[in-house]
Amino acid sequence: MPLRFGQGTLTALQSFCSLMPESISPRAETGNGKPLVEMRGITKAYPGCLANDSIDLQLHSGGVHALLGENGAGKSTLVKVLYGLLASDSGEIYWQGEPVHIASPAVARELGIAMVFQHFSLFDSLNVLENIALGMDVDASDELQQRIIEVSTRYGLPLDPTRSVYSLSVGERQRIEIVRCLLQDPRLLIMDEPTSVLTPAEVSELFVTLKRLADEGLAILYISHKLEEIRQLCDEATILRLGRKVAEADPRVESARSLATLMMGSEIPVSQDSRQGTVGEVLLDVKDLSLSAVDSHDIALRDLHLQVRAGEIVGIAGVAGNGQDELMQALSGERRLQQAQSLSLCGEAIGRQGAGERRRKGLCCVPEERLGHAAVPTLSLSENAFLTAHHRKSLGVAWFMSASRSRQFASEIIKRFNVQCHGPQALASSLSGGNLQKFIVGREILQAPRVLVVSQPTWGVDAGAAMAIHEAIRELADQGAAVLMVSQDLDELMQNCERIGALCAGRLSAFHRVQDITVQQVGLLMGGEELNGVNA
Amino acid sequence: MNETLMLTILTIITAATPLVYAAIGELVVERSGVLNLGVEGMMLGGAVCSFAVAHHTGSATLAIVAGMLAGMLLALIFAFLTLSLQSSQVATGLALTIFGIGLSALLGQSLVGIAFEGLPRLHVPWLSELPVVGRLLFSHDALVYGSFAIVILVSWFLNRTRAGLVLRAVGDSHDAAHALGIKVIRVRYMATLFGGACAGLGGAYLSLVYTPMWVENMSAGRGWIALALVVFAVWQPGRLLLGAYLFGGISILQLHGQALGINVPSQLMSMLPYLTTILVLVLISRDRGRIRRNAPASIGQSFYPTT
Repeated sequence: MPLRFGQGTLTALQSFCSLMPESISPRAETGNGKPLVEMRGITKAYPGCLANDSIDLQLHSGGVHALLGENGAGKSTLVKVLYGLLASDSGEIYWQGEPVHIASPAVARELGIAMVFQHFSLFDSLNVLENIALGMDVDASDELQQRIIEVSTRYGLPLDPTRSVYSLSVGERQRIEIVRCLLQDPRLLIMDEPTSVLTPAEVSELFVTLKRLADEGLAILYISHKLEEIRQLCDEATILRLGRKVAEADPRVESARSLATLMMGSEIPVSQDSRQGTVGEVLLDVKDLSLSAVDSHDIALRDLHLQVRAGEIVGIAGVAGNGQDELMQALSGERRLQQAQSLSLCGEAIGRQGAGERRRKGLCCVPEERLGHAAVPTLSLSENAFLTAHHRKSLGVAWFMSASRSRQFASEIIKRFNVQCHGPQALASSLSGGNLQKFIVGREILQAPRVLVVSQPTWGVDAGAAMAIHEAIRELADQGAAVLMVSQDLDELMQNCERIGALCAGRLSAFHRVQDITVQQVGLLMGGEELNGVNA
Repeated sequence: MNETLMLTILTIITAATPLVYAAIGELVVERSGVLNLGVEGMMLGGAVCSFAVAHHTGSATLAIVAGMLAGMLLALIFAFLTLSLQSSQVATGLALTIFGIGLSALLGQSLVGIAFEGLPRLHVPWLSELPVVGRLLFSHDALVYGSFAIVILVSWFLNRTRAGLVLRAVGDSHDAAHALGIKVIRVRYMATLFGGACAGLGGAYLSLVYTPMWVENMSAGRGWIALALVVFAVWQPGRLLLGAYLFGGISILQLHGQALGINVPSQLMSMLPYLTTILVLVLISRDRGRIRRNAPASIGQSFYPTT
């Protein structure tokens, strides 16, 4: 069963070289006709913050329009107004020149607006088919199932319609959202950061699809902070900053750097690409690690071997659902291993120990899911800090927690990692994704772990925050910690790691030095192939 | 067939029927993400109102309708407080039970000690005259047949209709449902009212058939058993029917055990249904997948619509 993903990746790879976005035929110029949608003077205020300040936006059929901005710039608010989820305080929306009142998503869908959400609007207990049927206002019929299989294979987004969503990984869930929108034959497609969890091959495939859809006359509103992507895909861009529209730009002409400057309002520092560090002894040693599947949707891990040395960052690539969750559980101690020797920390076998014990000994983990796994949404930041750091930072005495020391530690994280929030008493759920991620990564790094295991450290995080997180992780490695980074973002791995391997169907590939390997070759590893002629 | 055994089976059916009604209603309520702990109160409201109407009008049909309406009225109070005013579902549900016990006692003061001949049994021509099977299957009152029909209907509704899918979606994640434009509050109002009607019907069965008279607090904890049954059934209608008959059976066996002088302390026998609940809950929680597929994830949480 897990093989399916491997094969999906392979098919995607076969078309990878021939279908690079550059090879797409140039499209007819857009923007001269009447706009499909026009938003005029959209203003939306929340208590204490003006999310949208009289924003204008025009979208044309056949055009791919980028909406750029940092987290908190007001992109989501604007898009929610357009999709009928939020009512604006003032401003009008025109659909093909006619004023319309989009009171609900149903009205939006009727007009022909479809949306891929950033935070998925999926139902865990329902299966893929039922989820898609709900979003499309149709019945969960066999005919729909047939169409799902058709569309998902046509666009290289493999999906099993009968599987329950709770058993799917983040990447697989996103496929549902995309397929759901494509099934609706929309006039306008809104995509909120759709590529953050896709492999490069999948991204190219998606771009081919999107450009084909645009050629067929669809208008696409594309929200992303990946500037290179926007330059490849989009032909217009609207840039928002702090709720205001600051510029309109042609992303095909602008450089990634000039777009970033417009977006952030100041020059951004160039991140340091290569790291000069001395590699020390083995701190994390994984030997013959196997983990059986608990239920039918789990991936079993089979005979994993892996060593991470002091001062080293090792990356594990892979398409979602190939055993990443299970690997994280095995390393963090959420699931204990059969053999203590399967996992050693600084020479000590810790495979039978639980998460708290491992953390105390210096193995800290950052799981993929920010809210609900890495942090408790309804607890304050200082309480969340206490939860993982109480031992290593002595935030409590015997059975008592020290509120003042927890608060102090949380404040330290907030200050060191520049977390935007109301202070240590803010609830975890009140932070934006990027800020919460900075807090969580910071919480583990400031505990000075000997080994740090991070999963998807910058998923759905804006460019500024991603850079800060990468820098902090590199700095930790420079200080002599061993870091294992599990990610689906190949750029992130290539940029930060010394060695890279891939997880496919519960097995680990050999590890290769980043200098000796190309992105395409990592893609092959992700598909379960071994590389010949490359030094392992 | 042994006459005692026959009688035992017939009493099990009458003991299980009110549980089926109350529990199937609560199952639908919980599937929509609402936890109404006021089942006991709504059952008592239904019991007293239907008995009063039966006594004054002599019409069984009107009595049944009155029981349903009384349950719905109490459910409406609950829905208004928890869904429109976002009060805590747990606290409001407990308050509803206490309120229902008190109100029914007040309304029923003049009804205590009056007897009622009970609902007419439906005799299916020819089939009812069959030996054994005729008496076991084809000579019950309309509400017994109705309880089976409602379980099948609810099962079909939840799994085969779009409205049922919407209801399950609302119970799973109200925020995601709202994002799709589903009217979360409206769906939950309707589910809660349905649950009220069913609990009222269960109560009506108690005062019209099970013991055809009005006694204060006559539901005697059946509302709580109904709540446990929903979890026991892992929110699946078919298993709920099985569970209700299991509970009905155990509680009747306990009575017969006492009558036959089986030398077990009666307190121990009274504990049996509850012990079984705990045991079964432990056993079913081992199957994670089943719970994830059926348990409503957003149960008990207040929904604040964004504007």
